[in-house]
Amino acid sequence: MMKKLLLALVFVVPGLALAAGGSNVHLDKAEYDLSDKASLQNGAKLFMNYCFGCHSTQYQRYNRVAEDLDIPIELMEQHLVFTGVKSGELMKNAASEEQIAKWFGAPAPDLTNVARVRGADWLYTYLRTFYEDPSRPYGVNNLVFPSVGMPHVLQELQGIPRAVYEEPLIDGEPQQVFVGIESDGSGEMSEDEYDQAVLDLVNYLVYSAEPVKQERKRLGYWVLGFLVIFFIFSYLLKKEYWRDVH
Amino acid sequence: MKALISWIDDRIPMTKTWEKHISKYPAPKNFNFWYFFGSLAMLVLVNQLLTGIWLTMHYNPTAEGAFASVEYIMRDVPWGWLLRYMHSTGASAFFVVVYLHMYRGLIYGSYQKPRELLWLFGMLIFLVLMAEAFMGYILPWGQMSYWGAQVIISLFGAIPVIGDDLTLWIRGDYVVSGATLNRFFALHVVALPLVLVMLVFLHIIALHEVGSNNPDGIEIKKNKDANGWPKDGIPFHPYYSVKDIVGVVGFLFFFCFVIFFMPDGGGYFLEKPNFEIANPLKTPEHIAPVWYFTPFYAILRAIPDKLGGVIMMGLSILVLFILPWLDRCKVKSWRYRSMLHRLNIAQFIVCFIILGVLGVLPPTEGRTLLAQITTFGYFAFFVLLWFYSKNEATKPLPERLTK
Repeated sequence: MMKKLLLALVFVVPGLALAAGGSNVHLDKAEYDLSDKASLQNGAKLFMNYCFGCHSTQYQRYNRVAEDLDIPIELMEQHLVFTGVKSGELMKNAASEEQIAKWFGAPAPDLTNVARVRGADWLYTYLRTFYEDPSRPYGVNNLVFPSVGMPHVLQELQGIPRAVYEEPLIDGEPQQVFVGIESDGSGEMSEDEYDQAVLDLVNYLVYSAEPVKQERKRLGYWVLGFLVIFFIFSYLLKKEYWRDVH
Repeated sequence: MKALISWIDDRIPMTKTWEKHISKYPAPKNFNFWYFFGSLAMLVLVNQLLTGIWLTMHYNPTAEGAFASVEYIMRDVPWGWLLRYMHSTGASAFFVVVYLHMYRGLIYGSYQKPRELLWLFGMLIFLVLMAEAFMGYILPWGQMSYWGAQVIISLFGAIPVIGDDLTLWIRGDYVVSGATLNRFFALHVVALPLVLVMLVFLHIIALHEVGSNNPDGIEIKKNKDANGWPKDGIPFHPYYSVKDIVGVVGFLFFFCFVIFFMPDGGGYFLEKPNFEIANPLKTPEHIAPVWYFTPFYAILRAIPDKLGGVIMMGLSILVLFILPWLDRCKVKSWRYRSMLHRLNIAQFIVCFIILGVLGVLPPTEGRTLLAQITTFGYFAFFVLLWFYSKNEATKPLPERLTK
């Protein structure tokens, strides 16, 4: 599936173009579902295990996540609070910004709002388009974030992703054309499983960026419904009063 | 009850004021759709004041704490998210209704004699509103808050001689910083709202002194019955109070749709980079002002020279102030004015909208050319108006109001 999607995107000469891909890269649609609690829980688990070591979500509280995602608070404290703080605390991580900047060359951005900054589709594509690139310090590069400073932390799940090229004849000349990214199969997950895991993670990040999103929409229908009814009455009232204006 | 009212009336003119401004204020009976936006602007003002007060109860006006406190409002304060979205959506809604309100004044000639002062107060409201919106936008201390402020304040640096000192004075620092945030907070929550409310008061007093214009642009006071009541007038209350309720509910439908279903307004009401904390070391790829400033921003960018651009941007707003004296026609409403005038208004509106769209987009060669053409069209409106309005071929005015 990933190959098919990526096939449609960059018809460019490798190396050069991969580095310059930037914002022109086609983004895969993230079909996330905020009402899917199991997906959100899995996303939270993945986030705490793979991302939280470096990235904080310092504007969100542990107990809010537990409550919104239907995770019993004891389970949350046991399995998802790694820094030993109380569950009412903000989700700050153990490593300091300075330490991370020293290790990776740049501080790891806080991810509380990342889904609103980058968009879910960007995140979904980003986490699925790491590829092996020995010229980079951590041996990987990224399609939507060229020269990214972050290592491919989900490699044990995906396996080692490699860029795949085809060599069709264009105007009679053999050209190297990038067609997609393929795992070497050394990961714990199949391609579909990996896509699903990333989708769960993105789902969680979308939740994190706006915990009230579902509730806001639910209320919205009631508010608009009320206004429609109120509009009818206010219009009839106006009509009644204006009967004697000619 | 009666005794209480007369006790009060002996001491302050309560009943007299109520009658003069509400229950016995004669409003023309032919107000149409465009006349909703005055009362809606008032509604949005009240919304901004109330939600603003509650937001300040939780907001922390420091460079260190501002961003986190906004997230605290969004996550931890009960209904804080609703207050914040009402306030942020209200900012955009304010400009929507004010632009439509101004459009109404434009097409029906409501700025003309004897309503010049009314128009001037309105323009001052618009000016203060822009300052208020700009200073409010820095408060969440996101990336766009920071860099938007940086860009706009630096415009003052284009002014010869005093430019650099002026920008320093505005920022209170060599770069946009916590000092800037603190003073903008003070201006946003105390100084400018006070000025705004006072100007709105004057705007309404001026309106009620000269009376409302109407889609026909004729004075209803010229046709009075034996009691001195304009024949085409109806008391504001209850007729327009009940009618405005319909407008309010209609408006609230759209307003609440944005609040509950698309509070970022597609990235135009709340810009994406603003969900990231301000970082003085990292310039966003594309700095665009919020949509309500973009027509003027596009004029600024259309001029190749920075100082020239700033001057033209300033002029594009200032020229609106003298509109009552540029239009020398005796007929007010476009219903009875020349085709030339109608076309002139139409091209002005088209230019304004195109400029607004261009202002959000990154400039390209073609877009800059289009911005220059539409900037020309924007100013041409006023120049042409001055020339043709003197001896304009107008249609005969009706004696009484039409539908």
